[in-house]
Amino acid sequence: MRLKLSSEVVKGDLVERVEELSGQNLSACYQCGRCSAGCPVVEEMDIVPSEVIRLLQLGQVEPTLESETIWICASCLQCASRCPRGVEFSSICDALRAIVLRKRLGGTVVDADEVTRTMVSDAPQMGVVGALRKLNG
Amino acid sequence: MKIPYYPGCTLHERALDFDKASRECARALDIELEELDIWTCCGAVFPLTTDSVMDILAGVRNLAYAARLGDKVVTLCSFCYNVLKRTNKVMREDPEKREKANLFLKADTEAREKIESYLKEDYVGQVDVLHYIEMLRDVVGFDKIRERVKVDLSGLKVAPYYGCMLLRPKNEMEFDDHEQPTIFEDFLEAIGCEVVDFPMKTECCGGFQVVREEDTAVACSQNVVNSAARRDADIIITTCPLCRYNLDVLQKQMEKNVSGFRKLPVVYFTQLLGIALGIDEEYLDFSDNYVDPRPLLAEKSLV
Repeated sequence: MRLKLSSEVVKGDLVERVEELSGQNLSACYQCGRCSAGCPVVEEMDIVPSEVIRLLQLGQVEPTLESETIWICASCLQCASRCPRGVEFSSICDALRAIVLRKRLGGTVVDADEVTRTMVSDAPQMGVVGALRKLNG
Repeated sequence: MKIPYYPGCTLHERALDFDKASRECARALDIELEELDIWTCCGAVFPLTTDSVMDILAGVRNLAYAARLGDKVVTLCSFCYNVLKRTNKVMREDPEKREKANLFLKADTEAREKIESYLKEDYVGQVDVLHYIEMLRDVVGFDKIRERVKVDLSGLKVAPYYGCMLLRPKNEMEFDDHEQPTIFEDFLEAIGCEVVDFPMKTECCGGFQVVREEDTAVACSQNVVNSAARRDADIIITTCPLCRYNLDVLQKQMEKNVSGFRKLPVVYFTQLLGIALGIDEEYLDFSDNYVDPRPLLAEKSLV
């Protein structure tokens, strides 16, 4: 990927918003990749956790908002547990999801009607409530 | 001794087996779990976005209900424990959110009508949030449990599965070592089981992602079940109804994915405690399990 970088791009408003919402210091990451190595759902992600952080460090927020990755994170916090720099990738994912959901940029990830039909009688309530809150806002 | 108890929605509906066994075990150990007279869902997931006060209110309200009954609240579900413990830390350490949350709570006329004594003072984190296993260790004591054991479980190889929510984030949960926890091993040793250590004991089961895409949770849970099976475990224990669902019910899919897949029963830790304490079978309901543990338990002469 070819990027044209400038200080305005790298320090854009949206990047600041991600840092503020997630409470994470993006520049603390030195790209060791332990978050991606430890992530239990990394195989399904189109952009792996450490790459998402790198894109954000370079001011490239849009591709992260459009990624599948942010909807696949299960908030297990193994990334944070393994990070030598104290960065919580799960919190960055929550922030990116919040930006999409609060602006209503896309459709809902989980169809509540479909969940009602298939899961409610079967799965624990905590799973249904958790998924709807995390993925539908 | 009475201790305030917050069951949460899942133990009130889908995981009645867990609730029933845990209450009865507490009784056998001279503790009465006193269910909060009023409680709501805790919200199930703690918000990881920093600006969210609304998303912690359900947790704060439940903690404020608990504060009327005592200085502790015990819970069993890993999600409830995670949400209540993290919310409590916010109320203790973040003055801005504490003030906002209390303003919202005081505006809750419905709760005030239901409970006259509701929130006379601000909620500032007066209650300690305890997991049931912490109650067993710190209030009852594992030594006392060891003395009360009536049934010999020494032939049963048990793999303790922790999952995510009890342990992470480590600085806030302060439950046990986040990579090598041992509290469930100590518990299993006290009730006389053979403990099976396995590398995936703190990995994620897929959690709520099972609702979005079942295959995601199948892949995660399969790693956990296989890891315990490779270490020759007979059975897995857990304290989370969602982990129980993913690890147990999804074995239906794992059987299709893996030839020669060895099924492993997954039970709640208090169900095993119940067997050890010789609690009547009517309190230990295994009918909801996909992989039925009863043949294994019968083979070991435990039911």
